Amino acid sequence: MCAGGLADLVAREAFTDMGLLSTIIWLPIAGGVVILALGDQRARPDRWLALVVSVITFALSLALWTDFDFTSARMQFVERLPWINAFKVYYYLGVDGISTPLILLTTFLTPMIVIAGWEVIKERPAQYFAAFLILEGLMIGTFAALDAMLFYVFWEAMLIPMFIIIGVWGGERRVYATLKFFLYTFLGSVLMLVALVYLHLQSGSYAILDFHNLPLTGTEQTLIFLAFLVAFAVKVPMWPVHTWLPDAHVEAPTGGSVILAAVLLKMGGYGFVRFSLPITPDASSALDWLLIGLSLIAVVYIGFVALVQQDMKKLIAYSSIAHMGFVTLGFFIVWAILANTGMEDLGAISMGITGGMVQMISHGLISGALFLCVGVLYDRMHSRQIADYGGVINTMPKFSALLVFFALANAGLPGTSGFVGEFLVILASFQASFWYAFLAATTLILGAAYTLWMVKRVVFGDIANDNVKALHDMNRREGLILIVLAISVLALGLYPAPLVEMMEPSINNLIAHILQSKL
Amino acid sequence: MGFVPPEFGPAMAEVILATGICLVLVVDLFISDRRRGFTLVLALATLTATAWFAGAAGSEGEVLTFSGSFIADPLARVLKMFTLLIVAVVFVYSHVYLKDREILKGEYYLLGLFATLGMLVMISAYSLLTMYLGLELMSLALYAMVAFDRDSPVAAESAMKYFVLGAIASGVLLYGMSILYGVTGTLRLDDIAAVLAVGESQRPVVMLAAAFVIVGVAFKFGAVPFHNWVPDVYHGAPTSVTLFIGTAPKLAAFAMLARLLSTAMGPEALAWQPMLVVMAVLSLGIGNVVAIAQTNIKRMLAYSTIGHVGFIFLGFASGLPEGRQAALFYTIIYSIMAAGAFGIVILMSRRGFEADELDDLKGLNSRSPWYAAMMLMLMVSMIGIPPFVGFFAKLYVISALLNADQVWLAVVAVLFSVIGAFYYLRVIKLMYFDAPEESMPLNASFDMRILLSLNGLAVLLLGLFANPLLELCAAAIN
Repeated sequence: MCAGGLADLVAREAFTDMGLLSTIIWLPIAGGVVILALGDQRARPDRWLALVVSVITFALSLALWTDFDFTSARMQFVERLPWINAFKVYYYLGVDGISTPLILLTTFLTPMIVIAGWEVIKERPAQYFAAFLILEGLMIGTFAALDAMLFYVFWEAMLIPMFIIIGVWGGERRVYATLKFFLYTFLGSVLMLVALVYLHLQSGSYAILDFHNLPLTGTEQTLIFLAFLVAFAVKVPMWPVHTWLPDAHVEAPTGGSVILAAVLLKMGGYGFVRFSLPITPDASSALDWLLIGLSLIAVVYIGFVALVQQDMKKLIAYSSIAHMGFVTLGFFIVWAILANTGMEDLGAISMGITGGMVQMISHGLISGALFLCVGVLYDRMHSRQIADYGGVINTMPKFSALLVFFALANAGLPGTSGFVGEFLVILASFQASFWYAFLAATTLILGAAYTLWMVKRVVFGDIANDNVKALHDMNRREGLILIVLAISVLALGLYPAPLVEMMEPSINNLIAHILQSKL
Repeated sequence: MGFVPPEFGPAMAEVILATGICLVLVVDLFISDRRRGFTLVLALATLTATAWFAGAAGSEGEVLTFSGSFIADPLARVLKMFTLLIVAVVFVYSHVYLKDREILKGEYYLLGLFATLGMLVMISAYSLLTMYLGLELMSLALYAMVAFDRDSPVAAESAMKYFVLGAIASGVLLYGMSILYGVTGTLRLDDIAAVLAVGESQRPVVMLAAAFVIVGVAFKFGAVPFHNWVPDVYHGAPTSVTLFIGTAPKLAAFAMLARLLSTAMGPEALAWQPMLVVMAVLSLGIGNVVAIAQTNIKRMLAYSTIGHVGFIFLGFASGLPEGRQAALFYTIIYSIMAAGAFGIVILMSRRGFEADELDDLKGLNSRSPWYAAMMLMLMVSMIGIPPFVGFFAKLYVISALLNADQVWLAVVAVLFSVIGAFYYLRVIKLMYFDAPEESMPLNASFDMRILLSLNGLAVLLLGLFANPLLELCAAAIN
């Protein structure tokens, strides 16, 4: 399929299920506003309302799965209304195989976060739940937006609830962390804004799909690519602009860490596949060495950094950076594979991108679960220091079993979702260069080392102190969310086919598109 | 040839306002301090009546009157409507504040109305003389307003500073105008443009005139390097006066910018555009960086104004009609946001206590979640985070810059807005993350609460539904 084919696709978009995407975007936001309006009350209607709204949103979003056309790369569930005529901005929504899994991940995790914060949040709970619901709507909107300005509106608006979440319910250094988070991401995105406006002026439209077909010169592509790179690299985050993440993660409340690791980081990866690769294919090709280099640094160097962490949350945060390095590696290995194998081997290319996508979903589940596990411990001990724990298995056997499971999944144990993405990316890297694959594969050792070493120190051994002795095992609420997550990690690991099938047409379409030079 | 009276129709708003001022002046004499609320009602009624006529004039294109020295056009209509709206909002916000400080005199409203009349004249000015007339009427009223709290030495100092610097700026402007008159031999803006367009005038002299005129305009806006009065006057003046100075006059200053530079000196745009660009970049830099160091919220907002003026100038200097529309939109939005922000400062203060330190905002979210949310929206709108309207104002300017192939200016502008984000975020931090130092409930009249809430919601609603205002601005300038 060539670039012109995509234009046809745009023209033939299916206008089915008008309003489903809008519903799952605005329902949580409206719910959040209602919760804010109700305020903190003794009867705690806030958390019930938050749970009901988030569960309904999840149930509705399942229709994206059941009604999805698995054979098509078209945008589905399209909605298009004029929004700001003066800027030619449309309220233009639609999803394909790339964005749908991310939306489902978002709607799936939000009820978990609500349940995780059920009793734990004592300070201004109504605002807490409201912030998460509003954030959920904005995140779905970011994934579903097909108009670049609408995308930017959702993308930037997410900063506000996240800023509040980290700042109000975070740890001691929360102010520093949240300001750093905000300013880093804001700096990244304003340059993207300039690039988007530039693309609009060149194409006369803000539709992202029109950008895909816009011819651009080499210099233009390079500058636009770099502007996007700053925005997305900060969000992913890639080395060396990753330093906000450990701070933000450590200081954020549990729910904030979960949403940050599970969904917000995916925005960066999503941005690369939706914007950078198809809009600036030639610049991506010319600068792929940069991205591959940064990704490998993230995988190897950050892996070592994770090894020496004393703080559990910080360790998982660094582990996230390393795992996201796989995602960007999978996306940008394309041209190296081409150079190595020639045009024919589209399978390896699609393997890299598919691997990156699967890794995003899987990492969303696993890192979310790990942060929830740390949250369970933190709620009891009020410490995240590995040194304060030891022998937790003696007092919390059920919890320890799940923690060990998630740790193994994080290390890429076959049979868990963590294995699928990493394996695909490593396989694809082999097609490009032995050394890329070699360096990427060090994660199997490093990841196992830092995760399992942490688990060893926290879970196993003799009971370290009286505080650990006094621990009680997880309650039903905590057990429920962790078991649901464990099942989904296992399911995705054993049977990733539905996910891969859903993404396949869109990824093939993407590949056809990025191999088409715009020069 | 007998005397032909000029057509008063296009200037009906000004006539009504002048009449209303006389009425307020007389009626207020017979009102005791306790019933001063009636003066407010009368002033608001005057503004409403003025708005009625201002809305009617100029709706059918350009109309010139008073021998071509006064114009009613779509631009004037838009600017006047928003000026009157914002002045009305300011009057309501100020009422309780003035009453608590026992300086609730009819003169506040009178001076405010006189300043408004000056602004309306400036907005409709189509000759150099009319422009100067309006400017002085506005400025003199404002000088007096700054000194309104006569027992406050700080206010007196500010007023003095404002007056001396303002008088110098006016003098410089007048000098520029006289050069322009000397070169072109006419006072009418369109005639000046026609003479300049022929291109026979001496360029260095026109450059000189442009420089002097720009000094006058930049002073009114508070653009760097003519910004030094802004923080001192904002800080020293009673908050209700700061609120007045910080909002509506910016719209009048925009009219100066549009009429003097774009209309009269449009053919010589290449002479003044670089000057505006330099001032814009300096304003963005100094405004946003110095604001970080402020501990007083009024001073912080003063420097933030300077930063916003940078954006307005950048849009204007892009040289495209789209850029001027962006600057107009930005000015209107800025006035709305500034009115809300100063409104919150007024809301926080009470009898015997000026809540103008940043620390006074601590824990506002626990004291009043609703107004904290309003201030949150105003602050993120000033940062330029969508979907709040401040974002669309910045977007408009950036679009115009990119359209004019000034990519680097656009990049500079957005980078400085990242620096600027810091001090707005600090306000949010104080309100949301810090514990309150006191638990006194906020005191405000019912009408102020309603209006302040509407003001806060306006930045959200104007952002979600930005199109009507954008189209209004596009129609005002073409």
